[in-house]
Amino acid sequence: MERKINLPITREMAREIKSGESCLLSGVIYTARDAAHKRLVELLEKGEKLPFDIENATIYYVGPTPAKPDQVIGSAGPTTSYRMDAYSPALIAAGETGMIGKGKRGSAVVEAMKKHGAVYFAAIGGAGALLSSCIKSAEVVCYEDLGAEAVRRLVVENLPVVAVIDSEGNNLYENGRRAYLESEKN
Amino acid sequence: MREIDARLITETVATLAVEANCFLPADIKSRIEKARSEEKWETAQGILDKIIENYGIAARDNMPICQDTGVCCVFLKIGQDVHIVGDLTEAVNAGVKKGYGEGYLRKSVVGDPLKRVNTGDNSPAMLYTEIVPGDKLEITVAPKGFGSENMSQLKMLKPSDGIEGVKAFVLKTVDEAGPNPCPPIVVGIGIGGTFDKAAYLAKKALMRSAEERNSDEFYAELENELLERINALGIGPQGFGGRTTALAVNIETMPTHIAGLPVAVNINCHVTRHKSAVL
Repeated sequence: MERKINLPITREMAREIKSGESCLLSGVIYTARDAAHKRLVELLEKGEKLPFDIENATIYYVGPTPAKPDQVIGSAGPTTSYRMDAYSPALIAAGETGMIGKGKRGSAVVEAMKKHGAVYFAAIGGAGALLSSCIKSAEVVCYEDLGAEAVRRLVVENLPVVAVIDSEGNNLYENGRRAYLESEKN
Repeated sequence: MREIDARLITETVATLAVEANCFLPADIKSRIEKARSEEKWETAQGILDKIIENYGIAARDNMPICQDTGVCCVFLKIGQDVHIVGDLTEAVNAGVKKGYGEGYLRKSVVGDPLKRVNTGDNSPAMLYTEIVPGDKLEITVAPKGFGSENMSQLKMLKPSDGIEGVKAFVLKTVDEAGPNPCPPIVVGIGIGGTFDKAAYLAKKALMRSAEERNSDEFYAELENELLERINALGIGPQGFGGRTTALAVNIETMPTHIAGLPVAVNINCHVTRHKSAVL
């Protein structure tokens, strides 16, 4: 009962994806963590072009382990998203429609998602070996000096994620917990 | 006096770092599988199945269970009749560099907390040493991810806050952490000592098997009660709701001052890793 999504996600598609939906993502995504986000937003503030096309882009918050010689990429699970909260509203305004991480988001991010149309997915934190198997190619786009934190272009196939916060601001972390606790009362 | 060559320490730390990152300890696997069999919430069952599948893949393919292969915490219990030939700290750090380099583990350490340049080899280790009787050297390597470390808290409670104050602080810490530390979590709690000792005890508590309760029955009961109450919060695996929020609560204590009640809560994720060897 997973929703299959072929990337990129347009603004319209983002508005159709609902909180709580399990999705399988296929196509191109970009990786960026704290340090890369900081650099990307500094470029936006200076009015400069980003090193990749942010229009309808999905960014995965991941710093993978190094690939062994026979691997595309090492373990590649999500990092905690709130550290990107300072930067996400600017990227969403610039065109970003999908974010993949884990954990809570701040209200400014949710407001930007509602305003522009974007969706926040969670991948399973700590499942780096499993998620790695969905990544079919990986190449460094920029910021190679950041090592694991460099921006990479990934081609993924059926990457399992859950839509946590949708473009209406519905939040699975709140609703899932509430639904479970309700079920315990009955 | 027994001599141990520092080079042997380097080799041992390197091997333990790789093994700890690729093979989940039996106690954690057993707790996750037990939680899966008891979990009734469907979403939570699905997440736990994927977590079990993940550590199976990691062990089969000899790859890190989680991409955050951590800052490398190294606990040394040094027998007082041991003489280490060579520089101990250098030997441990050389082991971290070797293990993280040759083992294709992530380099996640910056050399300065504000200047933030990656050291490139995951050194230095966070080194904890304890002098114990005997002529052995026990080495425990515990890679610590920071998604969970960031959700840890410490509070200097008043003696009048008592056991209820401790419980309330632990529950508040876990509740505020919510989905962030990759639940199901392991909760290490340090009570007593000083500001710094409480934090150390909390980290040390995470080194104890998740299936082993505190030897003091009073604290064993407190561990059980806190685990039950944490699992009644409803956070669930990955925070999507469910019973399985924590796999274990481990408490360590020590004497403290008449004026104080320090409590530290060190949170660890479902990839709670540590591996030991005795030289």
